[in-house]
Amino acid sequence: MKTVSLRTLAHGRTGDKGNRCNISVIALDARHYPLLVDQVTEERVAALFAHRRPASVKRYLLPKLHAMNFVLDEVLDGGVNGSLNLDTHGKALAFLLLDLPVNIPGGKR
Amino acid sequence: MTRQSLLVGCAAGFSGDRTDVALPVVRTLARRGLPACLIFETLAERTLALAQLARRGNPEAGYEPLLEPMLAPILAECLAGGIRIVSNFGAANPLGAAKRIRTLARQQGLKSPRIAILAGDDLSGARHRPLLERELGSRLQGVDIVAANAYLGAEPIAAALRAGAEIVVCGRVADPSLVVGPAMAHYDIAADDWMRLGRATMAGHLLECGAQVTGGYFADPGIKDVPGLENVGFPIAEIREDGSCIVGKAEGTGGCVTERTVKEQLLYEVHDPAAYLTPDVTADISEAELRVDGSDRIELIGVRGHARPDRLKVTVCHEGGWLGEGEISYAGAGAELRARLAGEVLRKRLEGLHLRIDLIGTVSLFADDAGRMVRDRAPGDARDVRLRIAAAHGDRAEAERLGREVNALYTCGPAGGGGVRTSVRQRLDTLSCYVPREAVDARFEMLE
Repeated sequence: MKTVSLRTLAHGRTGDKGNRCNISVIALDARHYPLLVDQVTEERVAALFAHRRPASVKRYLLPKLHAMNFVLDEVLDGGVNGSLNLDTHGKALAFLLLDLPVNIPGGKR
Repeated sequence: MTRQSLLVGCAAGFSGDRTDVALPVVRTLARRGLPACLIFETLAERTLALAQLARRGNPEAGYEPLLEPMLAPILAECLAGGIRIVSNFGAANPLGAAKRIRTLARQQGLKSPRIAILAGDDLSGARHRPLLERELGSRLQGVDIVAANAYLGAEPIAAALRAGAEIVVCGRVADPSLVVGPAMAHYDIAADDWMRLGRATMAGHLLECGAQVTGGYFADPGIKDVPGLENVGFPIAEIREDGSCIVGKAEGTGGCVTERTVKEQLLYEVHDPAAYLTPDVTADISEAELRVDGSDRIELIGVRGHARPDRLKVTVCHEGGWLGEGEISYAGAGAELRARLAGEVLRKRLEGLHLRIDLIGTVSLFADDAGRMVRDRAPGDARDVRLRIAAAHGDRAEAERLGREVNALYTCGPAGGGGVRTSVRQRLDTLSCYVPREAVDARFEMLE
């Protein structure tokens, strides 16, 4: 077993609508998709965003695209018009998710 | 009878996008010789409210400020090549934009184009207030409305194109409808043909953010590299009769169209992938698939559509007080500790204001307005830190006080602070609701 950052296995992008944020997590290599589904769970993503107090974290699977879509409610401090963040859209947040540690079988990437 | 495929190019993904990107798109469309259309998407949620404020100051204004630099390089070639132009660059004043385009055509020695204007989206007038009050109730009490607009769909765009419009100037429409309208007109798609509308909608979704599908907003050096990002080409979709599409980009440009770039954009701002809602359809990408169709060409298949929502979304923009911001930098040994001390000083000096404090270079974008992440992080030894504070207040004087306190750190704060910048800006806030379709009189008019 070896621990790597999710960013080495997946890519993604953040979108925002009001105070709701979505983050795609897309396998860079389709063979890693089952591993991502196992480990990049709603619970772990909620823990990563705990300081933003998400009202809910929902994961949608898109197996034909080897992708998942996370929808996080109420994490944008009011969103593009209300937040005091420099990044009012939360556009950087995909890279917070991509910091998640993921275990992979040793030696293989 | 099989019709020729429709090409739709996109030359702007937001107000403020590059103005030199349209020409390569138009040249590619012209060279391919198929029926073609060019869209500009320039209207984010707030952009329309900013346009309304501009129109208050000048009744001739209120449309996309870059309208002329966007259109001037390509207007003649579009009109000569039969490439229709569809855009929401009318913003708060579609009639003003249409007149400006007519003047531009005259200045360029072109014959006057047939320009259609979409109407019915603007619900900011007094006669619509009861409708908004019915839906928003007490949330609308005491609210000074800057802009209120319903998201119109593709039908009036299609109707304008069928009536012979060469240019369709819209205010608020759903972004993908800029593409669905031309597809409906070209293929005679019925307004309840959910499958084809769903597919055309996702073609529109891929195009509506411009370069975000062609390698823009994608590069992550070493993991996702993009060639020629400084000259990233804008997208062109070939939409087929069943609504499915192949996405490519303008010839002779940088960027790339790959499965990865298309997947990121396909899921951008999507919530439930089985229910992407627009005024035209409920699009469903839960079974969608991509296929590589040559270099920089990706085919999107498997999109489905279901019945459209009964109601239209309305966004209401209103004044939201003032945002005060201030920044100061610290560098070298102890920089983070000095920046944190400056933050504490400001917190004590500005009691009564709810302050957001960022330590740029250590923790900022990922943090929260309540300051939990900054607090929970043990002070580190970062050597180049920019302190940023921000607060919102209904009273402009309070927002200005914040800037003065940051400025005073020059002589009264910790050692070695430099590079103060402060600003005060008016804020806009939004409410949204859904209104019955019948309450919105969506239609087009030809400019006389």
